[in-house]
Amino acid sequence: MTIDHSELLHAFRPEACLVAGALLVLGLDLATGRGRTAERRARNAALLGLLALAAALAATFAAAPSGPLAAGTMLLDPLARVTRAGVLGLALLALAATPGTLRLPHAAEYVALLLFATAGFTLMAGTTSLLLGFVALELASIALYLLAGFDKSRPESAEAALKYFLFGAVAAAFLLFGFSLLYGLTGALDLPGIARGLAAQPVSPLLLVAVVMVLVGFGFKAAAAPFHLWAPDVYQGAPAPAAALIASAAKLAGLAFFLRLLGSGLTAPAADGPPAPWTGAVAVLAVLSLVVGNLAALGQGNVRRLLAYSAVAHAGALLLGVLVSGRAGPGPVVYYAVTYGLATVGAFLVLAVLDGQGGAQAHADLAGLHRRSPLLAGALAACLLSLAGIPPLAGFLGKFLVFAEALKAGGPASLPGAIALLAIALSAVALYYYLIVLKEALVRAPAPGAPVIRVPAGAALSLIATVALLLALGLVPDLLLRRF
Amino acid sequence: MNSWPILSLVVLAPWAGAALLGLRPGLGDRASRWLGLAFSLSTAALGAVLLAGFDPARTGLQFVERHAWIRSLNVHYHLGLDGLSLVLVLLTAAVAPAAQLSGWGRAGPARVPTLLLLLLQGAALGVFLAQDFFPWFTCWELSLVPAYFLIRLWGGPGATRAAYQFVIYTIGGSAFLLAGFAALFAATGTFDFGQLAQLGRDGALAERLGPWGVRAAFAGVLLGLAVKVPLWPFHTWLPPAYAAAPTGTVMLLTGVLSKMGMYGFLRLLWPLFPAQLHAAAPALLALAVAGIVLGAWAALRQEDLRRMLAYSSINHLGYCLAALFAVAAAAGGERPAEEAAAAALAGLVLQLFNHGVTAAALFLGAGILEARAGGRSGLGDFGGLRATAPAFAAFAGVAFFASLGLPGLSGFVGEFLIFRGLFGLHPAAAVLALPGLLATAQFLLTAWRRVFHGPVQGAAAGFAPLTAAERSALVLLTVLMILPGVAPGLLTSLTHPLVTAWAGHLPR
Amino acid sequence: MSALPWTIYVSLAGAALLLALGRASPGVARGLALATALAGAALGAAGAAGFTAQPGLQTLVDIPWVAGPGIRYHLAADGISLVLVLLTGLAATAGVLFSWNVRERAAEFFALYFLLIGGVYGVFLSADAFLLFVFYEIAIVPKYFLIANWGSTNREYGAMKLVLYSFAGSALVLAGLLWAHAAGGGQGFGLAELTRAASALPAAQQVPLFGLLFVGFGVLAGLFPFHTWAPTGHVAAPTGVSMLLAGVVMKLGAYGCLRVALPLCPAGFAAWQPLLGGLALAGILYAGFVALVQEDFKFVIGYSSVSHMGFVLLGLAAATPQALAGAVLQMFSHGVIAGLLFAVVGRMVYERVHTRRLDHLQALGLHRHLPFPALVFVIAALASMGMPGFSGFPAELSILIGTWRTAPLWALGAAAGVVIAAAFTLRVLQVSFFGPAEPAAPTEAHPPPALDPITWPERAGAALLLAATVYVGLKPDALLGWILPALHSPALQPILRGTTP
Repeated sequence: MTIDHSELLHAFRPEACLVAGALLVLGLDLATGRGRTAERRARNAALLGLLALAAALAATFAAAPSGPLAAGTMLLDPLARVTRAGVLGLALLALAATPGTLRLPHAAEYVALLLFATAGFTLMAGTTSLLLGFVALELASIALYLLAGFDKSRPESAEAALKYFLFGAVAAAFLLFGFSLLYGLTGALDLPGIARGLAAQPVSPLLLVAVVMVLVGFGFKAAAAPFHLWAPDVYQGAPAPAAALIASAAKLAGLAFFLRLLGSGLTAPAADGPPAPWTGAVAVLAVLSLVVGNLAALGQGNVRRLLAYSAVAHAGALLLGVLVSGRAGPGPVVYYAVTYGLATVGAFLVLAVLDGQGGAQAHADLAGLHRRSPLLAGALAACLLSLAGIPPLAGFLGKFLVFAEALKAGGPASLPGAIALLAIALSAVALYYYLIVLKEALVRAPAPGAPVIRVPAGAALSLIATVALLLALGLVPDLLLRRF
Repeated sequence: MNSWPILSLVVLAPWAGAALLGLRPGLGDRASRWLGLAFSLSTAALGAVLLAGFDPARTGLQFVERHAWIRSLNVHYHLGLDGLSLVLVLLTAAVAPAAQLSGWGRAGPARVPTLLLLLLQGAALGVFLAQDFFPWFTCWELSLVPAYFLIRLWGGPGATRAAYQFVIYTIGGSAFLLAGFAALFAATGTFDFGQLAQLGRDGALAERLGPWGVRAAFAGVLLGLAVKVPLWPFHTWLPPAYAAAPTGTVMLLTGVLSKMGMYGFLRLLWPLFPAQLHAAAPALLALAVAGIVLGAWAALRQEDLRRMLAYSSINHLGYCLAALFAVAAAAGGERPAEEAAAAALAGLVLQLFNHGVTAAALFLGAGILEARAGGRSGLGDFGGLRATAPAFAAFAGVAFFASLGLPGLSGFVGEFLIFRGLFGLHPAAAVLALPGLLATAQFLLTAWRRVFHGPVQGAAAGFAPLTAAERSALVLLTVLMILPGVAPGLLTSLTHPLVTAWAGHLPR
Repeated sequence: MSALPWTIYVSLAGAALLLALGRASPGVARGLALATALAGAALGAAGAAGFTAQPGLQTLVDIPWVAGPGIRYHLAADGISLVLVLLTGLAATAGVLFSWNVRERAAEFFALYFLLIGGVYGVFLSADAFLLFVFYEIAIVPKYFLIANWGSTNREYGAMKLVLYSFAGSALVLAGLLWAHAAGGGQGFGLAELTRAASALPAAQQVPLFGLLFVGFGVLAGLFPFHTWAPTGHVAAPTGVSMLLAGVVMKLGAYGCLRVALPLCPAGFAAWQPLLGGLALAGILYAGFVALVQEDFKFVIGYSSVSHMGFVLLGLAAATPQALAGAVLQMFSHGVIAGLLFAVVGRMVYERVHTRRLDHLQALGLHRHLPFPALVFVIAALASMGMPGFSGFPAELSILIGTWRTAPLWALGAAAGVVIAAAFTLRVLQVSFFGPAEPAAPTEAHPPPALDPITWPERAGAALLLAATVYVGLKPDALLGWILPALHSPALQPILRGTTP
């Protein structure tokens, strides 16, 4: 098999834009930064980063869909295109909000790391090779570890980075172990090859071990219960824009990789054959995540920890979507992940702005937000209600599509159907904890003397764009769905 | 038949007066009173027109007005009048102005009570004239509202509780009456009394409702009417309400509203459920007799004039109920039974009118006494009134003896006919009711003696002379107590063919 | 006819405009709010003027929306929707008039208010189950903020309880809809498609499916024993919102039961019918008895709402043409009457004397100080008691007639309910307004109240609602003429018992 390098270059244009952008940011800051204020340097870096992201986004849209590339390591199918666009968009929103909110030294490094992480995400979106996938995952993860610990002025940030790193490393080890077992079983690294290899042999205990290893690895990465324990601390400690990225784009990219791995690598040989070996394990993870996430979120007094547990719960719903994606295709679950990512980014950006104005940790810190900044309060309301699944915001339709597919798979008596009913029942619980936060923001009076919040222009634009996207995707879901 | 919707006018004229009063919040007391009196007299004027145009020989409805009202529920605006309705309209025409006049001496704003009395009058007239359940029930329920507020806001001590009890008891009955008619409509698709009565005669009603359905419907309607009359033991709301209500209100309550219940028995229960009433009549007759006897005995033990009169009302309406139930219990086919039934029914209709006038007059008298005794109406609060207020004593005497059934006064004819019929149809009941008659005589005479004879005492001393309003009201009612006694034919001629027709349709 | 969809758009546009105004003066906000409400009402009336009653839904708009699951933006109306759209217009207008005294964040208040109204209009006009559900949810969340922000007694608790109950109910509905959708092989969410799919299910599956849908919608309709959100929510809410809650939001639940639950699962309904009748009766009687012993004026009205909605549910459970027609008429009637009652209690009385304790009110003898509210309350109370001449009477009569054909015992139970309604209404009437028979001498504890005069918006709002209840009471054909033909729709035939006599 030969590799057509011009085709490859074409396919990797977004990644190229990102890497070049990152290097440019670093270089330019080194060359011209001296003598300028930190604020100015940060703004320049962010501007360059935004340009790189925008270029990458444009390149994504420009790339024509094609078959397998580079000896079967890449596949630019609709899933890859949507995921790439999604992670780039989310990164764009997260980055646009940084100038003026994140007051850190070494802003250029921050931007460069963000771009590297995004490059990892876009690679994950399209890869069909275990090796490339793992490399992309680690590229993104290492950048994210650094981003989590970027705020050196706060010990919580360091704690978050350390925890994230330790858990991430363990997850990577599991994943790698699983991957090597798969390679050993089938002698192939590309997913179609693995599928062919597995079809030729009976289900062996070794395969099950491999599947479990992979699931544990992904479970850690995606913060699915019972592997979620790092998430609350990381969400709490990391700088808010970094947490936004961890919670949104990383999930979306990981989901795409996971879907591909399970869908084209470990799928059942025939549609009406026995269920794929991973079905039961994924179902267990989904149920646990839904229950643990929703119930634990009830007891949280800290907004970020609450968002972390809500992320666990949403991971459960995503796993349900993965469970039914064989029948329904990736559309519903990717739509879910994109809209979830949007809402999460929005919520963290609100927190990021608040961080610049004295911090926002406990629910009570949000008190009277509607007086201090109607924009922030409105955006927070839209994002949290989308997370809760209130129409016409996009989060509702995501849930709706996933649950509909789950029930269509076999009625309420089937496994996915039953999980969907459980998830629907738990959505009422979820509304409660989101409303608790919104009560502070929209109902309670501000603490005496709390100043009016000035929202930086970038953050304001970013928030408005997030809410607009949530509404647009909720009202016209075919914008995204018809791309599949 | 005639171009003027005269029955609508009868009902709407008092309401028009009420509306006029309602729309003029600044109206003075004097003007309010005169306006109220004028509009309450409208019934008398229109009643005279009706009387002139009425053909007693025809037993069907006359002056009929019938228009579609609610097509989806097959409801018609259907008014009509027969002899029974006419008698009751005339009764209302007599009692309502007297009730208006009775309030002229009271202090305080006059506009709202006058308005409410007019509302009450119109509602009662609507009940007597409506021939479709929907408008009938509308007026039936609407009559409660002004009565409630009159008792609640202008009543004596205990008025709050009495008014509440009055309305809840009555609505408690009406709700089941409504449920009964809902059942009838579900089975027949009509609310028209005439059509329902036709179906009731054919037995089609029982057929369509099923054996239990028809019993349930009968029980519902019976309950609603029994509370209103009231039939013993559904009477407990009555004494407190009559004791607490202001004079004009209680005059309308006993004079007209209690007749609504009796009218319901004659217009609804009997024609619609002849077989069921026939079956239940012995038991009901026992209750009616119990009402006669126990009402009289309870009256005997009262120390308060109003409460005594209240129980006497139960007693007197017991005669009407007994007459009806005896007739319903009787099997027809034999000539003597038919005659006795005709007598009982004729007596019943007469008694309705006479009791209405007499009871109103008695309560008016009690009200006059009260007004001069600072609100007290105990039998022991007065004495020797005959000496200090001879004119009043004369009027009161007529009322007392009419109530007692003295020949020559109105009460006698009715009660005589009822007992004649009762002896013919159900001698045992007649015998059992006799002690009631005797007890009635005793409590009325005792009260008469204690209030009007003996040494002058209590409020009797310095008894202020009757005002013009009081005098006119008393004169009006007194004439109507003497006239039917002297010439009972005036009334019986209106209802004779009707009553004969009823008696001729006894179940065979 | 084609004006009807604009009721939704106008309300939502009004909400958006008000939100954009942000911190405009209360005067501007309420002027805009009144204009929006009137526009909605006028559009509803215009739609009614061009409406010809016929069985089945008449499509207003039908365009594809989400291709995958076959979701369509399909608005349609029949006589039932029309009646409820008119009710919404009335209630919204009256609610604005009785919210005239909202000063704090008035623009936001009215923005949320019209978001709610837009959702309500949408529910009544949706012919696609997904669309209906979306509007249903849109109507739920604003309630939380309206109550928690502008409410009174225990407002955060009441708001949260109300919203969680509603949302839990809607979760059941969502599960049911998805199930029905799956049963049809994922062929669209149109009510017609879902009905075809779900009614073909075996009875064993229809029974739980019907339970999900009916109980889910029933929560919002105050179905016993899931009614407990209603009294606390009504009490906590600001007046205009109480009026909407009782006036139209509870109707959403009943409408969902009628439009979705009943047609979808005829066999499930047959199995549930005895239980539903029992629950409806339990609601009527239980709420009635509870209302009888309340010490808070507004709680009495709150429980009375549950009791009256019990009649609606009883009518639905009886499922005869008369009973269903009566149920819809009762929805309208209760919407108007409950609005009036809440207006008197929350706005006319509470805003002036600042107490709702019945024993305090009794000492005040309010009818002497507030004659206009007293008169309004008397009439509203009479209407609420089911007095003939007001809209409640033909509704209850129809329900009784219809119920009798299904289960005579229910009719007797309902008659008992009428008596209890009379008892608690009369009690609260005489305690609240007609205090001591003699004016008590003013004391230190009870100085003679110096009360603000009744304002014109209050008079206008009360007159509007009074006129509606009297007009419908005297001429129920005005609404029944629309409702009855709608009951001949093919979707309802499998569940109907008996025929119109």
